[in-house]
Amino acid sequence: MEQTQYLIVGSSHAALEAITAIRMHDGEGSITLVTRDPHLPYSPTVLPYVVSGRSAPDNIALRDAAFFEQNRVGYRPGVAVTRLDTTRKVAELADGSAIGYAKVVLATGASPAIPPIPGLDQVSYHVLRTLDDATRLREAMQRSRQAVVLGAGLVGMHAAENLVKAGANVTIVEMGPHLTSGYFDQTAAGLIEQAFVENGAKIRTRSRVVGLAPEGGEIVVALEGGDTLRADLLLVATGVRPELDYLDGSGVATDRGILVDDTMRTNVEGVWAAGDCAQARSFYGDEPVMNAILPDATVQGRIAGMAMAGDPGLKPYAGGVPLNTYHFFGRHAISVGSSAVPEGAQERVRFDPASGRHLKLIMKDGRLLGIYGVNEFFDAGVMAQLIQRRTDLSAVQDRLFEQPLTVGRELMSQIWR
Amino acid sequence: MGRSFNTIAFDPSKCDGCGDCMRACASVKYDSEDTSRSLIQILGRETDKGSAFELALCRQCGDPKCTTVCPAGALTKNGESGVIEWDGSKCVDCLLCTIGCSYAGIALDETTGRVSKCDTCAGNPACVPACPHGALRYVTTSNIYNEVGDWEDLFAPGLAGCQGCNTELLMRHTLRRVGPDTVLATPPGCVPGMGSVGFNGTTGTKVPVFHPLLTNTAAMLAGIKRQYKRVGREITALAIAGDGGASDVGFQSLSGAAERGEQMLFMVVDNEGYMNTGMQRSSCTPYGAWTSTTPVGKSSDGSHLSQGKTQDAKNLPLIMVNHRCAYVATASTAYMEDLYEKLDKAIQASKTGFAYLHVYSPCTTGWRFPTDQNMEVARKAVETNFVMLWEYTPDTGVHFTRPVDKPLPVTDYLKAMGRFRHLSPEQIEHIQKKVEENRRIVERLAENAHAA
Repeated sequence: MEQTQYLIVGSSHAALEAITAIRMHDGEGSITLVTRDPHLPYSPTVLPYVVSGRSAPDNIALRDAAFFEQNRVGYRPGVAVTRLDTTRKVAELADGSAIGYAKVVLATGASPAIPPIPGLDQVSYHVLRTLDDATRLREAMQRSRQAVVLGAGLVGMHAAENLVKAGANVTIVEMGPHLTSGYFDQTAAGLIEQAFVENGAKIRTRSRVVGLAPEGGEIVVALEGGDTLRADLLLVATGVRPELDYLDGSGVATDRGILVDDTMRTNVEGVWAAGDCAQARSFYGDEPVMNAILPDATVQGRIAGMAMAGDPGLKPYAGGVPLNTYHFFGRHAISVGSSAVPEGAQERVRFDPASGRHLKLIMKDGRLLGIYGVNEFFDAGVMAQLIQRRTDLSAVQDRLFEQPLTVGRELMSQIWR
Repeated sequence: MGRSFNTIAFDPSKCDGCGDCMRACASVKYDSEDTSRSLIQILGRETDKGSAFELALCRQCGDPKCTTVCPAGALTKNGESGVIEWDGSKCVDCLLCTIGCSYAGIALDETTGRVSKCDTCAGNPACVPACPHGALRYVTTSNIYNEVGDWEDLFAPGLAGCQGCNTELLMRHTLRRVGPDTVLATPPGCVPGMGSVGFNGTTGTKVPVFHPLLTNTAAMLAGIKRQYKRVGREITALAIAGDGGASDVGFQSLSGAAERGEQMLFMVVDNEGYMNTGMQRSSCTPYGAWTSTTPVGKSSDGSHLSQGKTQDAKNLPLIMVNHRCAYVATASTAYMEDLYEKLDKAIQASKTGFAYLHVYSPCTTGWRFPTDQNMEVARKAVETNFVMLWEYTPDTGVHFTRPVDKPLPVTDYLKAMGRFRHLSPEQIEHIQKKVEENRRIVERLAENAHAA
């Protein structure tokens, strides 16, 4: 049986960062990467741009084959791990082979969460999480006249915009009260909704699909309350969750994701997890959360790699901070930090309907908790630092609210230049 | 081996916020007068002491975060130039890089709707020459490290120096530069203590090395060089000596060799005392400094109070100028480009005559400063004119290589270390006066050189 010092499961941001971190400290230990995806590493975040045609599928690789060669990584794409035997320290693979490891990091990401809608198994629908999904959706999109998107998260909204631009009539169906909830506040969601409506999309919030049925090559979407929609393309984008079946019997503790400590270690010796499949501490509280965003995947992957290699420079995970950017119809929205307004916190909002500029700050005790903007650019990385450093902004908060870009830069230059 | 890279450095104390750098950038990059599009952003702010200026600019990080959070593979660090390159054909304008960057070094250009960042104008940044105040510098010292890194390291790996000492840097760089055809003399002092003469019967260098007495270094080396000449072999005769070995008991042989024009390179690593034997004073120890033989405090019978060294330091490099050597220079590891130019000239001069290079070497152990502050102390010494960087040849006379027109008060240097902590205001005044006096002496020599 093949034996490896470091086994990396998965091939996106967290996995790649783990490899880099391991090689920073351990130039010799053998590394093997297995991933179920057959393609060179890519980011799920780029997929909407593959759907739109902006990114060519062969031009999105995060690393090339030379990277694996230079870092002496055994690269095995197209092979999923089917079972993890943590007692014998062996990963069983889909091709029937097995690989023994000393240390393993699970960076398997997440898969689309499929809602339990009656009839869903009777119809053909799309999801968008892999490059193959994107290629299929792009092909189908060219022919679509009438599309329904379930879910108004960032994946659904991105795809819906692509469908609108491809000329389809698009209806977005969302259970929640407004679009992009969890990422942006109601004002921002209103601006996003307005942009979609202006471009011809229909939005149905507080709306639930109760049944799906095929009919004459189309799909009939039955909504709660009796309305029906017809679609020649159905995209299910109701969130993601990690697939954890392969961990059955491994003893690795899971909740919504794989539970990890502040060094991304699981409860089982020799097993780490990072990225969208991991459930780690939140910056804002002790409850472990799923913070399935790209920047956090890189941080977690780096920490896991350092911990596995025994790098003494490791700093424990500071807790996840939500960080999102979103481009829609030529406009942009940025959210940094928590959208919750805890007791004693102040919300400061300014909105200019003429320019569509919207800014919201959430402050508590002179500290920044969150900042949100639509068409109002500020340096999100600087704001994230102000949040994570818990910088006392009492003296500058009025100015920061007026001019987040310049005042943020001033603070950066003074505090951590 | 990792490479080092050139970088744009900003000195906020010299900036008056005129915006010329931003105008130059916007003009070169976008043919625009809109400074908000400039890739270098100077930000003004009012403080109780007046205006202060801050900078937002891509740092071309060694371990960049922007490249790791890019979902499209559009940002990569160029391993040759060090520049983080943006590929507009791959970028999807998602702005995630602006989340990754903690320095506001990559930001949205609202005119194009795309991100923009500094690319150092392919190694010729337009902002730097546009600055009328010298607040921006394009630091190209990295070239030295890359070049030197390709030469053979002639010292043993691992030296027994104190943590934070700059002498290892000096030893390795010097020996790499002079190369393998060298005979090295290291009299008693920190350099052999750090390992040049080796351990357990092996030498610490890959060139012939010997350990003369403090008194006869220059004499022995002169004899060896002459023997090599006699048998027709071209070598560099190199001494790396401490200030004690050069300015005190070794001075007679040093002066003799210099006067005779012996063909050698004599480098003095001046840490202003006998630091390896317990920090005794030397003739190069400055006035007021604590050493173990110029203590601070009351005598045991309480009869008198001691306040550090009561004499001024001997100015050995100026004494060497008065030998009319082929080359004399002072140098500091805080100014490596300057040091390297002088090292090259000294090597050249040593082929025909006596070359003398005096390098100031702050001693973390004996001067009492934190181990991470060596370069800062060395820099402060120059910025206050406590140490002056100049060179001399018989043809060109003395001239400053790094003149400091607006020196900082000498207290900025003194307070950076513990050995001056006890100084009285009178002692500080004495030191400041000596700094100015020394400056005038060298200035006069330099003026005379110009007049000639």
